Amino acid sequence: MKKSKPFEEFVLPQGTNKGLKQPKLGEVLIDHDHDHEEENFVSKYIFSHDHKMIGKQFLMTAVFMGLVAMMLSILFRIQLAWPGEESSVLSLFLGDTWAPDGILKEDMYLGLVTLHGTIMVFFLLTGGLSGTFSNLLIPLQLGARDMASGFMNMLSYWFFFLSSLLMFASLFIQEGAVFGIQIGDPTTSLPGVWDGSGPAMAGWTIYPPLSALPQSVSGSGLGMTFWLFSMTIFIASSLIGSLNYIVTVLNLRTKGMTMTRMPLTIWAFFVTAILGTLSFPVLLSAALLLLMDRMAGTSFYLSDIIVGSDMLANHGGSPILYQHLFWFLGHPEVYIVLLPALGLSSEVIATNSRKPIFGYKAMIGSIMAIGFLSFIVWGHHMFITGMNPFLGSVFVFTTLLIAIPSAVKVFNYLTTLWKGSLVLTPAMMFAIGLVSTFITGGVTGIILADSALDIAIHDTYFVVAHFHIVMGMSAVFGMFAGVYHWFPKMFGRMMNTRLGYVHFWLTIIGAYGVFFPMHFVGLAGAPRRYYNYSVYQDFDQGALDMMMDLNVIVTTFAIFSAVAQIIFLFNFFYSIFRGPRAPQNPWRSTTLEWTTPVEHVHGNWPGDLPTVHRWPYDYSKPGSDVDFIMQTEPLAEGEEEH
Amino acid sequence: MEKIIILIVLVTGVIALAQLVRLYELTYKLKDRGEHDIPNRDNNLNAKLMIGFMLFLFSGFIYLVLRFGWTGRGEAASIQGVETDWLLNINFVIIIAVFFLTNFLLFFFSFKYVRKPGVKAKYYSHNNKLEMIWTIVPAVVLAVIIILGLKSWSELTADASKKAEKIELFAYQFAWVARYAGEDNTLGKFDYKLTTGNNELALMTGSTIDSSVQEMGKSIEAVEQKLKLINFDYLSSEYRSLISSSDYKSDVDELVTEISSSEFNLVGAEEQLKQLYGRYTGGGDHIKITLNEPNDETKSIIGDLEKDLSTKERLYRSLVQMKQNHNPSQDKYTLNDIIQKDTLYLCKGREYDFSFRAKDVIHSAYFPHFRAQMNVVPGMPTSFKFTPILTTQEMRASKNNDEFNYVIMCNKICGGAHYKMKMIVVVYPEAEYDDWMALKRKATFKDQYFPNEETEMIAAK
Repeated sequence: MKKSKPFEEFVLPQGTNKGLKQPKLGEVLIDHDHDHEEENFVSKYIFSHDHKMIGKQFLMTAVFMGLVAMMLSILFRIQLAWPGEESSVLSLFLGDTWAPDGILKEDMYLGLVTLHGTIMVFFLLTGGLSGTFSNLLIPLQLGARDMASGFMNMLSYWFFFLSSLLMFASLFIQEGAVFGIQIGDPTTSLPGVWDGSGPAMAGWTIYPPLSALPQSVSGSGLGMTFWLFSMTIFIASSLIGSLNYIVTVLNLRTKGMTMTRMPLTIWAFFVTAILGTLSFPVLLSAALLLLMDRMAGTSFYLSDIIVGSDMLANHGGSPILYQHLFWFLGHPEVYIVLLPALGLSSEVIATNSRKPIFGYKAMIGSIMAIGFLSFIVWGHHMFITGMNPFLGSVFVFTTLLIAIPSAVKVFNYLTTLWKGSLVLTPAMMFAIGLVSTFITGGVTGIILADSALDIAIHDTYFVVAHFHIVMGMSAVFGMFAGVYHWFPKMFGRMMNTRLGYVHFWLTIIGAYGVFFPMHFVGLAGAPRRYYNYSVYQDFDQGALDMMMDLNVIVTTFAIFSAVAQIIFLFNFFYSIFRGPRAPQNPWRSTTLEWTTPVEHVHGNWPGDLPTVHRWPYDYSKPGSDVDFIMQTEPLAEGEEEH
Repeated sequence: MEKIIILIVLVTGVIALAQLVRLYELTYKLKDRGEHDIPNRDNNLNAKLMIGFMLFLFSGFIYLVLRFGWTGRGEAASIQGVETDWLLNINFVIIIAVFFLTNFLLFFFSFKYVRKPGVKAKYYSHNNKLEMIWTIVPAVVLAVIIILGLKSWSELTADASKKAEKIELFAYQFAWVARYAGEDNTLGKFDYKLTTGNNELALMTGSTIDSSVQEMGKSIEAVEQKLKLINFDYLSSEYRSLISSSDYKSDVDELVTEISSSEFNLVGAEEQLKQLYGRYTGGGDHIKITLNEPNDETKSIIGDLEKDLSTKERLYRSLVQMKQNHNPSQDKYTLNDIIQKDTLYLCKGREYDFSFRAKDVIHSAYFPHFRAQMNVVPGMPTSFKFTPILTTQEMRASKNNDEFNYVIMCNKICGGAHYKMKMIVVVYPEAEYDDWMALKRKATFKDQYFPNEETEMIAAK
């Protein structure tokens, strides 16, 4: 290793230099931390500034929220497969209020669907995926001691925690009270907003007027107020986090780590953070305007409405305005979820193919192209809102363009596997699974992006199938790949491989079994968010029979794959405490995080920061007798970089 | 009891799993191998399973296609739907080819290139020519898809022809109402503020505006009356509590009964109460009285009523304005409109120009069999057109189901009973439709709601 930079050349991360004396030249920060500031339990495990601990906190919270959301989906899947039948599972979890005699109530069905979507998209796949792995990997793979601001990083997690808590609590709202505690005062001048039972019930997109009018559905009272407050805090968390990631990537790369030597994980996190900073504020404004409509009597989204027998005087607002604002976030959000998963799997696939990722620069280019395009396609969610057909055409064009960089990514993955020497670790299997779901879910996107076809299948189960496969499954598979691959880095122990295999096979079979048949339910014309399909009895018994057959298949697979996650949970928690100790570099990977000690230290490297001399994908390089060359290894004489 | 047994089974299961893992780890330790060294046996087994899974995926797909067919909706029942289905099939051919090809390559490579002793991976970092190919080929295919798609889109969303029959669909939680334009094929105007008990579609004529103004006036009076009574209640109970003497209390009660049995104004009533108090205290007319603030409950009721009142007054003002701007010559378009609930009747081969209107929240009019759909947005009229080409009878024959019917379903989450919000659609052959229509023209909006107002019609003409 070459002599590293003297200490002063580094921008000191805030938070790591708290309470330190001015360091002398060449002195190592980490020694100070240990000499002077013994970490106590609170500062180490709870209000930690250490990016590795914060990453783990994000992961734990997200796993919990993900389990909650999965459970919600099982509950409403039971309703869809066996409508009107008494279910002891439903009465066990929902009690007499929401499932009297084991039969789900209509309103709560919508509540379950809404919270399932919200939690999965924002709390598991945004907070969990980007929050966990950006935090863990950005400093480690860049050679930084910590995030640019440790304090803001901590704040980001605690905002996330608070918003998770609020969203979770909203499931328990009864008559304006949560866990028996009366919230607000229903007798004051804002009657509906503090009253009502159940969580938000307007779908995860919470379109007004349904979400704006407490009279229209019981969840649009206190439940919606909770939703809006929770999401406002969540957005703050996401913005603080994203800014931190961007600054860290731009400023805290170690010596020799040029932008084109960054692993693709970092590129993905970097572009994700930019997407988040640019799009989340728009959702924030949408949510604030909705709060004003609900609480201050404004008419941003409301016009000419009579709800029940209440004639409202609101005039001049537009519910469609909300949809534009929402989807201006909503579409980039898909890539905020997906890009980190693709980044993680790029790294996992290259490492375990023992080959460089094919077309590194094309991969960066396609990440950036997807990121850019994602901002100008939001209208494809609104083809049938009555928008100007010409505007629709523009959105068709831009949306279908995204297929090009996506295709490039898929073919590059395939070529990376080609003539590789594949080591099928559980992480690698999940990464391969991700490529499969990315293809299967991606191709149906071509149909939905075509406005002429979207008319016929908009808001049917075809759409549900599409986005669950391309966004849900892919992102979850990416997350599993990340957890299996970087578990040794997070906890210093190994997860059990064979349980990993069982988990993978059950999950991919289960998940495909859930979402693939949904295409056919959708092509039969079944609208989504229907409590049951009994209405079909009045006009098409044949279609109903077919849908019910499929629904039973889907629910059976859903229960199957939910049960399979117990294996993962067991493996995860067991390995944290009892798993075998991890070696220094278990996957024989080239990137910097594997040069840090297995036992975590605050500041990541006990000595000087490493210096980078090459790109991160020197696997099986000709002319070298070793299988992989670390990024810290200087180029040999006459060796070309790549 | 059942729950305890389940719990015990779960706990034992977890313990058993833990023991199994321990055992497995011990064998690893004996062989001096870490969890990260994937044995060739595992590696090869998983590689084979990759192929197995590919077969599962592909055969699952084929099974689903064979069992459930392309579309459970049956053949397209409108000219526009035929176009959509044609385009849909072309797209399906392309994406299914891509689905099979790329998934095959993925799983095949995962199987074929699994680690083998002595074989080194090929260092292959980029190839510009290859990358160009798989940028340009998808781009060309997508260009075709985009061009075909936009061509259909512009046809589907083009304005309906002049002779298309106009129908308005009105949506509310949780039903649909249709309005045919009648003989003149022109839909009358509407305004949501005109909604009353017998004019639920809020149609606009001189007399509907009049009755709305009247009704709104009445309901403002009712609210004012309520406000007055509540305030009076509060005042009288405050005055009653000022002096503890029972004589005084009964005098107050007498006064209250007297006042509230007649028309009264609040200021006058308070004056009377004050005088009575003055008489008892001997303080005369100029006595100063401090009353307690009304309690929270009363305050909140008063607040609600005042808010309600201001809303109603605003609506009243714009109703009055509407009356001033109203052009009676427009009434004839409204009066011959036909309101149709429960079932929508259409004519085979006739083009329909639908417009949509929502009363409360967003709904979406979804006609799965005609491949048509449009959101119904409060405050923003939307529209689209289609031409049915199969009668209900023909579609029943085609689907081999005698009880089949066309339908409109709501396809935008709109509240608890969203899933029940539908309207049956019947497509008649021309002759039958014309008969039905002739019958309906005898039951227009006017006939239903203003059977005695000949004069208005004549005046309008």
